[in-house]
Amino acid sequence: MAPAPLLLAVMLAGYAAGALAALAARGALGRGLVAGCALVGALAGLLLGAVCLGAGLAPTFTASFLPLTGLALRLDGLSAFFLILIGVVGAAVAVYGFGYTEAYEGRYSLRWLGALLNVLLLSLSVQVMADNALTFLMAWEAMSLSAYLLVLTEHDQPGTVRAANWYIAITHAGFAALVAMFLLLSAGELTTSFAAMRAASLAPQVRDAAFVLALFGFGAKAGVVPLHVWLPMAHPVAPSHVSALMSGVVIKMGVYGLLRVTIDLLGGGPAWWGGLVLGLGTVSALLGVLYALMEHDLKRLLAYHSVENIGIIFIGIGAGLMFQSYGLTTLATLGIVGGLYHTINHACFKGLLFLGAGSVLHATGTRNMEEMGGLIKRMPRTAFFFLVGACAISALPPLNGFASEWLVFQTLLGGSAIPQPEVAVIMPIAVAMLALTSGLAAACFVKAFGITFLAIPRSPEAEHAHEAPRSMQVGMVSLVLLCVGLGLAPFAVVPLLGSSLAGLGGLAPTAVAFTLALPLHVPGTFGQMSAPLLALGLALLLALVPLVLRVLGADRRLRVADTWGCGRIGQTARMEYTATAFAEPLRRVFAELYRPSRDLSIDFHPASKYFVQSIEYRSEIHPWFERVLYDPLLHGLRGAATRVRRLQGGSVHLYLVYMTLALLVLLTVARWRT
Amino acid sequence: MRLFSKIFQVGLATEPLPPGGADVVRLLHEVDARVRRLFGRAVAVRQVDAGSCNGCELEITGLTSPVYDSERFGIHFVASPRHADMLLVTGPVTRNMAVPLLKTYEATPAPKLVVAVGDCARTCGVFQGSYAVAGSVDQIIPVDVFVDGCPPEPTDILRGILAAIGRR
Amino acid sequence: MIGYVLEVAQAALALVLAPGLVGLVRWMKARLQNRRGAPAWQPYRELGKLFRKEVVVSSNASWLFRAAPFVVFASTVAVTFLVPILAVPLPFDGVGDLLVVVYLLLLGTFFLSLAGLDPGSPFGGMGASREMTVAALAEPTVALAIFALALSAGSTNLGQIVARTMTAPGAALSPGHLLAFAALFIVTLAETGRLPIDNPATHLELTMIHEAMILEYSGRYLALIEWAAAVKLLIFFSLLGNLFVPWGVSMALTPGTLVVAVASLLAKFVVLAGAVAVLETRIAKLRLFRVPELLSASFVLALLAVTSSFLLR
Repeated sequence: MAPAPLLLAVMLAGYAAGALAALAARGALGRGLVAGCALVGALAGLLLGAVCLGAGLAPTFTASFLPLTGLALRLDGLSAFFLILIGVVGAAVAVYGFGYTEAYEGRYSLRWLGALLNVLLLSLSVQVMADNALTFLMAWEAMSLSAYLLVLTEHDQPGTVRAANWYIAITHAGFAALVAMFLLLSAGELTTSFAAMRAASLAPQVRDAAFVLALFGFGAKAGVVPLHVWLPMAHPVAPSHVSALMSGVVIKMGVYGLLRVTIDLLGGGPAWWGGLVLGLGTVSALLGVLYALMEHDLKRLLAYHSVENIGIIFIGIGAGLMFQSYGLTTLATLGIVGGLYHTINHACFKGLLFLGAGSVLHATGTRNMEEMGGLIKRMPRTAFFFLVGACAISALPPLNGFASEWLVFQTLLGGSAIPQPEVAVIMPIAVAMLALTSGLAAACFVKAFGITFLAIPRSPEAEHAHEAPRSMQVGMVSLVLLCVGLGLAPFAVVPLLGSSLAGLGGLAPTAVAFTLALPLHVPGTFGQMSAPLLALGLALLLALVPLVLRVLGADRRLRVADTWGCGRIGQTARMEYTATAFAEPLRRVFAELYRPSRDLSIDFHPASKYFVQSIEYRSEIHPWFERVLYDPLLHGLRGAATRVRRLQGGSVHLYLVYMTLALLVLLTVARWRT
Repeated sequence: MRLFSKIFQVGLATEPLPPGGADVVRLLHEVDARVRRLFGRAVAVRQVDAGSCNGCELEITGLTSPVYDSERFGIHFVASPRHADMLLVTGPVTRNMAVPLLKTYEATPAPKLVVAVGDCARTCGVFQGSYAVAGSVDQIIPVDVFVDGCPPEPTDILRGILAAIGRR
Repeated sequence: MIGYVLEVAQAALALVLAPGLVGLVRWMKARLQNRRGAPAWQPYRELGKLFRKEVVVSSNASWLFRAAPFVVFASTVAVTFLVPILAVPLPFDGVGDLLVVVYLLLLGTFFLSLAGLDPGSPFGGMGASREMTVAALAEPTVALAIFALALSAGSTNLGQIVARTMTAPGAALSPGHLLAFAALFIVTLAETGRLPIDNPATHLELTMIHEAMILEYSGRYLALIEWAAAVKLLIFFSLLGNLFVPWGVSMALTPGTLVVAVASLLAKFVVLAGAVAVLETRIAKLRLFRVPELLSASFVLALLAVTSSFLLR
């Protein structure tokens, strides 16, 4: 593996150079250097991952450089997969950022934006290669802090600081859990290598505690309900290419961490581990999409969909963990492969959608869908790219979202193999909820695309929108191609993902063999589909139908006229269906969950109540779990803080007493332990 | 279940041929060949009330009843002029309805026919000369066939529709 | 080779039969209303006429509006290659399973809803919103019905399900099967826009679901959409008829069995069309906000189907 160290060096150097260049150079040169260096780093990372996975070996590469600092890197299949993920989205984001940040010139600090972007990419890459707890935690914290500062870029906008505070608070709660978890696993020594942790035999209670802490810590990062509240706040206010990176990659670190710890370090556990992950995934998927439906801020809508898709990924992983605990290794592998497949798919289409939303924001200056419309004519390319992303996230064949959801479905259908019926019955419920989620996601993206891009503009800003600059289009095109490619090639992707799991927690990657037709032989279930043939068939039919119509002599006249509106004179944008109206039926159906508040006030004409002067209608939805869960928590925290403040008397004597007491307690404990 | 026993007791309510039927049947056979070329014996009708007193509408509703059952001739009513082959216009055209009527005509894809139903549609009837009336239907859009009567019987309307199809 | 020929023949048969099926339902309904009604082949005349008419497109509409009919038609026709209509196993059986069928149909619905929004007409938006709501709420029932079928057949592939039920006829009468059939029948009504969810004969824009989306379409585009809707009805009828009562479906691919297959298929269609016609005569349309109740009832049926399959394994 000669190229691996070289590629690693290029990757690290690229990101580091990007960070330094951003601080040194200004203007277009600065933006160019930032984009260029990040692109070099991302591509090197991508190649590194590809070389490692392509060689089909794991582990391939260990680097214990800087021994004095206690840092250690190691590259195995799982790391390689996540390196590819970071590289793919990182490269697209770097190119896109070049054009996107031009509008920031003179308004916000481009130097810090560029530098932190590179630091974020660097810390992500280091983190997935970390081989001991210290490296992992340091990279994790660097990632969290740089993401925090990136969210704060547009600090003068309302809501930004609040969102960033929520983000950093929840992330740090998770970080504390992770530190505790690693302390449990490594028996108090953070520089213990992962290999030693794997070998350690822990008491079941310790393992359970470690799992719960890991789930909390990584769940907070991934944005699993109910720890997701920061996500719909922080993602929308960040610059759009950063949003794409955060939604596409940063939250996936939660997935990476969960897999690394539960499957690799702990080697799987009892069935309730998987059941808990599966349950959290189901709830996240459903609540994520339900709240997305009610959202009319384009980027917040996408952020809620990240919660949904993380839920789908967790469903796959949770099912995998459950199967593993019953010794059904093939199904377990399938579930985790499904989760990983959805991870990279989500990174591609959500990255694409956030970049598309960024282009719309760039062109119209608003994130509010109710002020958009008609953009398909003003920015046709962006509209097309966004449409591809919307189809992919709605799991429509033959794009990538469908391939991975199909795999997750098949895994869940295999649930009948679980010997206990009372446990197995969880699976059909998860199937139903997953199906409901994907149906609602399709509805949501009809809304998102239809209201944003179709019909007539609802505001002067939308009226005068313009197509995104070339570099932004290039960023989006690369992700469009990946969405299509990953959708057409599950037969190549799935075995690759299987091999990336080789040697982890006794999974059996070789049992999942895929050919062009993608047959899936698994005990208890058998399903088969062929994405390329399906796409070929659809393309053929799409080409044939107009041809046949022409040959058979169908009438080809076409006339353009006004939209039919029962003969009313003149059509304005106010007659269009709005995003609120589109989501209204579903809001009524799920009224129990949303508990919308309505406020209707009508101003009548003084002469008669049959003449109305103005009508004001306001309807809002407050996610109740924020009220039920976080309000008491914050209240309690504040109360505790007030009480603790009394300890801070300000007197030196008092502090000396504290110190002495603390010392005494520590000495006693140390004495007692030895 | 009572509903179904009722259905079977009543049997077929459609009259074998409408009153004065021989006439219509001849007309039907006559236009059949030409109709097939133009519309393939499937005529979608959009009804436009341009200011009628709704007397004509009552009779038009009668067309779809089991007794007259226009559907057996392939004539059915549709909701959008985009789907329509024929506009069935009633009433004098009021000022408010003049533009909508024109827009409906524009919204209908070619080939299209217009049948003006009722005396008002031809002469504005008792509303003639009213400040609210813009004129008869043919002053606004080209009309193929007028159906006289105040209101015309469903049979007359049916005859008018068939005649309009025959004229093309 | 014969398999591929049959595959194409089956798709062609579906395309040819579909308008007649819609006509049959309409004729039966007319008879139940004591009307003479149009003959069953009336939809062919309507389609033929529409193909010979001009197209009028809204000035607000984009390319998507003009592409959508082709996407809807192509995705629906693609499904006819995957569904066992006459014979199993067919060569394309492995190209897509029941999940692919469901999501291909969702692809058509997705684009049709977008096309409904495109001209900026309030009716189109209303239709799109309602159609997507109904489609989304029907999805869990479909998934569970698939689960129930896959559970007894050990596969989600349609050919496999049919073959398995043929070899073990007792399964067709198991409670799981019957409950799943009932659930899927309700979904069929919802997905194909029949009463009590949607009234295919309505003229009132405010009560429309499917019709409201296509109010803007005319000429050949309308013909494609109407035809695709008819094919969708045929697909759901074939699923109901051939997955749950597979007898008649040819397994040997000999001319004799194929004749039997066509005859039994027609018989099943007549029975199902009769059921739909009787149902549509008997019941009124549900209020839009009562539709979720019906769909959750079908969901519970499907859940019971799966649970009983689990317990009776």
